[in-house]
Amino acid sequence: MNIFLQQVINGLNAGSIYALVAIGYTMVYGILKLINFAHGEIMMFGAYFAYIAAVFFGWPFYVVILFSGCVTAFLGFLVEFIAYRPLRNAPRLSMLITAIGMSMFLQNLARLIFGADPIVMPKIFPSAIFNIGGIDVSSVTLITIGLSVAMMILLQLFIKNTKQGRAMRAVSENQDAAVLMGIDVNKTISLTFIIGSALGALGGILYSTAYITISPTMGTMPGLKAFIAAVLGGIGSIPGAMLGGFIIGMFETLIKAYISTTWADAIVFALLIIVLVVKPTGILGKNVKEKV
Amino acid sequence: MLKVENLNVHYGKIHAIKGIDFEVNDGEIVTLIGANGAGKSTTLKTLSGLLRPTEGTIVFDDQDLTKVRPSSIPGLGIAQVPEGRQVFAEMSVLENLTMGAYIRNDKDGIESDLNQIFDYFPRLKERIRQSAGTLSGGEQQMLAMGRAMMTRPKLMLLDEPSMGLAPILVDEIFSMIRTINDNGTTVLLVEQNANKALQIADRAYVLETGTVKLSGKASDLLANDEVRSAYLGG
Repeated sequence: MNIFLQQVINGLNAGSIYALVAIGYTMVYGILKLINFAHGEIMMFGAYFAYIAAVFFGWPFYVVILFSGCVTAFLGFLVEFIAYRPLRNAPRLSMLITAIGMSMFLQNLARLIFGADPIVMPKIFPSAIFNIGGIDVSSVTLITIGLSVAMMILLQLFIKNTKQGRAMRAVSENQDAAVLMGIDVNKTISLTFIIGSALGALGGILYSTAYITISPTMGTMPGLKAFIAAVLGGIGSIPGAMLGGFIIGMFETLIKAYISTTWADAIVFALLIIVLVVKPTGILGKNVKEKV
Repeated sequence: MLKVENLNVHYGKIHAIKGIDFEVNDGEIVTLIGANGAGKSTTLKTLSGLLRPTEGTIVFDDQDLTKVRPSSIPGLGIAQVPEGRQVFAEMSVLENLTMGAYIRNDKDGIESDLNQIFDYFPRLKERIRQSAGTLSGGEQQMLAMGRAMMTRPKLMLLDEPSMGLAPILVDEIFSMIRTINDNGTTVLLVEQNANKALQIADRAYVLETGTVKLSGKASDLLANDEVRSAYLGG
């Protein structure tokens, strides 16, 4: 029983990281109908920026997170501004191919700047082990889950209750109608990339803390899984991305623990296929019907 | 108030609007009528900035709208009730109306405008927490009008407000357009239901394949044989 609970904690830990990254995919998809393949690389840069802040500047972990979040948010803003904005009225496929290109560009840029070899992420969080009812929980796990959940709650409050948040929802629902309300669509899209990238950076930091290394290709696999999480939850839906992230994280962890480590990824991908066959819009996906 | 000169609009290679001129004076209801594809909706979308003209000027209160960013146009006092309502389906009725007040910061004014809209459309008040996508077509039209009213426009553009509605609802929508006008908002109305539109309008322009074919007082056009046979069913 204790082992099972231990695995559940591990699942929550992995799931909260996937959820953070999945939010970036789903927000961008919601507003641009674009699968931003470069998001995994945004996550990777977030980890490198944190490394710089921690190793070269020796800042405490909250400043490290803040620094990496801001710089990565700016990187996300630049990616949209330089690569996607000129294609606003181009066919959607052009944007998708550009996103793949951007992903490769960022990966190689990281290789150029930081080198191809994996480097060790320093322990940026204060470490301690707590024993809660017979289960060992590390402070890193608590911080990971706590920070992720806090960010998700903040994001939900922002989207629901602020003017900018409502503008984001309006643009993702109906761009023309949003313009008629006086909403600046380009600004709103920039804001979406900024928020998504900042959350992606946090995901990258937490991921690299959990797996200890950073490398230019580290974003590929978690990026792909977070994307699956977003699709599973219903792409375009933020609560869906959160739910999808936790489901994927939990599933992956439990499968690794009880079935097979080798087959874990295959089973996770199979889960996606099954969900898409049964409910193509994802778990919380919206089935938009138009009324005439 | 609004003066459109030599307006040309292209959709790719298609020349949809071929140099039309018209104007709307303060306090009027002006209607653009014409068959499908005559360019009525295209004209309205160009006025609200959703489409850009290839030539011509649109002067509203001494400002050339063709040089204004689309998202700044509502702030100048132009609101559009788009074709097919285009309400935010996932948002509640109240959120939709709040989106209409996006450009405003006067809390008290927004509150009192909201109450006025609920007076006009009691049914929206009953459904205040319901998501807009679950409303009937007529209710969505009311919501789209209410949302446009929340911007406090000087000029309201209405694109086919009667489309797909039951006759009784059409009457209700048209009488609301009257009320909006009586309260001081100038109205530019695009309609396929030429009969209804001419009955409430002061002046009208008849569009045909991207040009103005006829114009004049609405009452004269109602009596015009050519208009009667082409647009009013004899």
